[in-house]
Amino acid sequence: MSKHPKNLVWLQSGGCGGCSMSLLCAEGPDVFSMFEGAGINLLWHPSLSEHCDEDFHSMCDDILSGQIKLDILCLEGSVIRGPNGTGGFHRLSGSDKTMMQLIQELAFKAKHVVAVGSCAAYGGITSAGDNPTDSCGLQFEGPLKGGILGENYHSQAQLPVINIAGCPTHPNWITETLVQLAFDEFGENHMDELGRPRSYADHLVHHACPRNEFYEFKASAVNPSDLGCMMEHMGCLGTQAHADCNTRLWNGEGSCLRGGYACINCTAPDFERPTHPFMETPKIAGIPMGLPTDMPKAWFVALASLSKAATPPRLRTNARSDHICIPPGKSAEDKKGEKS
Amino acid sequence: MSRKIVGPFNRVEGDLEVQLDIQDNQVQNAWVVSPLYRGFEQILHGKDPYDALVYTPRICGICSVSQSVATARALANAQGLNIAPNGSIATNLILANENVADHLTHFYLFFMPDFARDIYTDKNWFNMASDRFKAVTGSAAKEILPARAEFLHLMGLLAGKWPHSLAIQPGGTTRSIAIQEKIRIQSILFNFQRFLEQSLFADKLENINAISNKEALDNWLEKQLTLNNPGDFARFLRIAHDLKLEKLGRAGDIFMSYGAYEKNGQHLFQAGVWDKQLSPFDSTAIREDISHSWMDHQIQAVHPYKGVTIPLADKADAYTWCKAPRLDGRVVEVGAMARQMVNGHPLIRDLEQQSGGNVRNRVIARLLEIAQVTMAMQAWIDEIQIKEPYCEHGKMPDETQGFGLVEAARGSLGHWIKVKKGRILNYQIVAPTTWNFSPRDVNGVRGALEQALLNAPVIEGEKNPVAVQHIVRSFDPCMVCTVH
Repeated sequence: MSKHPKNLVWLQSGGCGGCSMSLLCAEGPDVFSMFEGAGINLLWHPSLSEHCDEDFHSMCDDILSGQIKLDILCLEGSVIRGPNGTGGFHRLSGSDKTMMQLIQELAFKAKHVVAVGSCAAYGGITSAGDNPTDSCGLQFEGPLKGGILGENYHSQAQLPVINIAGCPTHPNWITETLVQLAFDEFGENHMDELGRPRSYADHLVHHACPRNEFYEFKASAVNPSDLGCMMEHMGCLGTQAHADCNTRLWNGEGSCLRGGYACINCTAPDFERPTHPFMETPKIAGIPMGLPTDMPKAWFVALASLSKAATPPRLRTNARSDHICIPPGKSAEDKKGEKS
Repeated sequence: MSRKIVGPFNRVEGDLEVQLDIQDNQVQNAWVVSPLYRGFEQILHGKDPYDALVYTPRICGICSVSQSVATARALANAQGLNIAPNGSIATNLILANENVADHLTHFYLFFMPDFARDIYTDKNWFNMASDRFKAVTGSAAKEILPARAEFLHLMGLLAGKWPHSLAIQPGGTTRSIAIQEKIRIQSILFNFQRFLEQSLFADKLENINAISNKEALDNWLEKQLTLNNPGDFARFLRIAHDLKLEKLGRAGDIFMSYGAYEKNGQHLFQAGVWDKQLSPFDSTAIREDISHSWMDHQIQAVHPYKGVTIPLADKADAYTWCKAPRLDGRVVEVGAMARQMVNGHPLIRDLEQQSGGNVRNRVIARLLEIAQVTMAMQAWIDEIQIKEPYCEHGKMPDETQGFGLVEAARGSLGHWIKVKKGRILNYQIVAPTTWNFSPRDVNGVRGALEQALLNAPVIEGEKNPVAVQHIVRSFDPCMVCTVH
C-alpha cells in the first residue's frame, strides 16, 4: 500500500475512448476499488469526474504552477498536430489552447507519463491512411522515436513515456501498470524497446491460442467462423504479436482468436497500416510473408510442408467447419455412422 | 447579455463545448461545438471494403459494436448477401449487450452524479443522491461496475472482446457457440436480470414493462417510496419530480428511428418518424448540410452517398466539426425516447403527449429499454440452433454501393459506402449525436440540443449552470462518434 496518495490526471485526445471503456471492465476488483487500494487519487477523468469546465481549467493551472502535484499523467488518444502543425483539429474545450499544447505542458510537470492505447503510444488508428490530422504518439511516431515529446524526453521520475499499447488496452494492463507506478515499483527495466510494459509485452498472442493444434498441423480456416488456424489465409498475426491476450483473456473468457477472428497485432506501431487487407494473409509463392517470431524461414517452410502432409483428417475437416464435426479419436466414418 | 463558454464538458463520451448567451437568468441562445476532428471518412478512402470492419468500430469505444453492425450491414447490402439466422441472432445479442451496458453506464456514471453536486445540498434528497450517485465514490458505482463487467462477459463468449471486435461480419458472426456457451449466456442474462430487479428497479422487469401511462407510473413510484430500499429508477423519479425535469430540455419533438434489432426482416423496435403522428422512415430523405461546419467542397446539403468530407479549419461562420443532418429538411431527435415513441411504448407516448421530449422522459425511455431489451435477449439466446451456420460468405463486386442502418444506444447510426475498382471510393457516416448535436443549417435552424437549451434556467451566480448539464447529458451524447 502506497503511503501518500498519488494524483492521476487522465486526458483524451485523438482517440475513441475505448481504452477507458475497457478499463471500466476491470474485475476482481473494479477499477475504483483498485485505485483506492493503491492510493491513486483520480484528480480528473473526462468520463468519470464530477467537475468540468472552469474547475478543470483551474486544476490545470494549479498543476502548472506547482500547487498540485501530478504523479501520473495518462493520455488516451493520439496527439493531434494538424492542420499545418497548429493542433487546431483538437482545441481544448472552453479555452483557446490546443490539446497538443496542454499535453506538452503537463508532461513536463508529471512524475510519470503513461500513453494508454496504441494511439497515444504510436499514433494508432487515428494516424491511419494518409494521417489526415497529422497524429502521432507521445514519444513515438509509428515505430520511430520522437513523437510530440521528443526522443530524449524523460518525466520527472526520469522515465520515458510508458506505452500501454493495444487497441483497446486490456483493463489489467492499465491497472497493473498504474498500481506498480503508485507503489514506485516500475522502472525502465520493466519496459521493452517500444516502451511497453513487459508484464504483458514479453508474451505472444499465440501463447495458449485454442487453435494451436490446427496451427501445428497447418489445418487452416478459409472463411469467417471456421475453426481452423487463421495464420495461413485469414491474416492472423498472433504468432508475432506481443501481448498475453490468450493467457489473460478478455471480458471473462474471450480474446480475438477465441472470438473467431484474426489478431491484427494491435499492440504494435503501424498496425493500422498493413500493406494488405487486414483479414487476408499476404503470401509469396504460397508461403505467408510474416513468419512466427524467432522462427527461421527455411525451418518454418520445412515444418509446414511436413505437418501439412501429416494433417489428420479430423483437423482438416474441423478446420473448415464452424463446429467440431469429428471429435478426437473418431474418424469421419464413425461420424457418418452416428448420423444415420 | 453575457456569453458563457462551457467546456470541457465531461461525463459525455468525447469532447464537447457549449456556448451560451445568458440574460435574465435564462439561456437565450446556444451553440454546440464539437472541437475534435479525426478524419475517419478520409482514412477509409482507398481501403479494401472489408478493412472498414477494422476501422469503424474504432470511431468510438462506447458505440463500437454499433459501428461494426452498420459497416457489416453496408457491406452486406453492397454485395446482396443474406445473413445466417444464427448470425443474425448473435449480432442482435452482441448489439443489445453493448446498448444495455451503455444505458446503464450513462445512467449511473454519466447522468446521476450531477444530483450529488454541491448546488443541491439543501434538497431533502441530497444525502441519498450523494451517498448513492456521487461520481467515483458513490455506493452505486461499486455495485454497477462488477454487474456491468459480468454482463459484458457475453462479449467474451460471442464477440471475443469489447470494445473493438471483428466478430460481426456481413454474413453473420465469426464465433459459433456450443451448448456450454449457450448455457453460460443464459446464466449471465439471468444474473443480470436479478441485478436489475434488485438495484435498478426493485421490482420485476415484467412489472416495469407493464407500466402503461403516467398515472400508473405515479402509483408505482408511490409504492416504491414506501420500501426501505427503493430502486434507483424510483430515486431518479423522485428527484425528477422535485426538480421538474419534465420542463427541461424540450427540443422539436420530431423523433426518428431506423428500427432496432432486425431479425427475419422484422425489428424488435420498428422504424419510423414521429411528428405528431407516425410515418414511415425513408433514408433517401437524409441530407447533410455543412453551412456551419468547418468543412469544404459541398455547395448544398447532399445525401450521404454524395457526401464529401474535407476539413477547412478557418471557414467563416462555421463553429463546429459536426455536420448538420436533416430528414426532409427537418431537425429530428434520436435515441431511446425516439425509438420508444416510434415503436409506440404506451408510457412514453403518454409522457410525450403531456410534456414532450425532455430530460425526464429521455432518461425514463432509456431505463424502460433496459428492461425490455434484457428480456428480449433471453428469448433470442433460446432461439440459437447451435449446429446451424453462423456466417454466410459472399464476394464483394468491384463496383457497387450499399448502406447500413442501425440503432446504437444513443440513436440512429448510418453508414454509406461506394466501392470502385475493389476499393472504397467514398464512406460516409452519420452518427446519432450528429443528429442531436448538429449545428445550425443553411436556413439558420438550430440543431436539437441547441433548441433544447433555449430558456434553460440559470441560477444567480451559478458557475456551471446545472440545468444545462442535465439537458446536455439527457441526450447521452457521444462526441467521438459525432465527428469521427
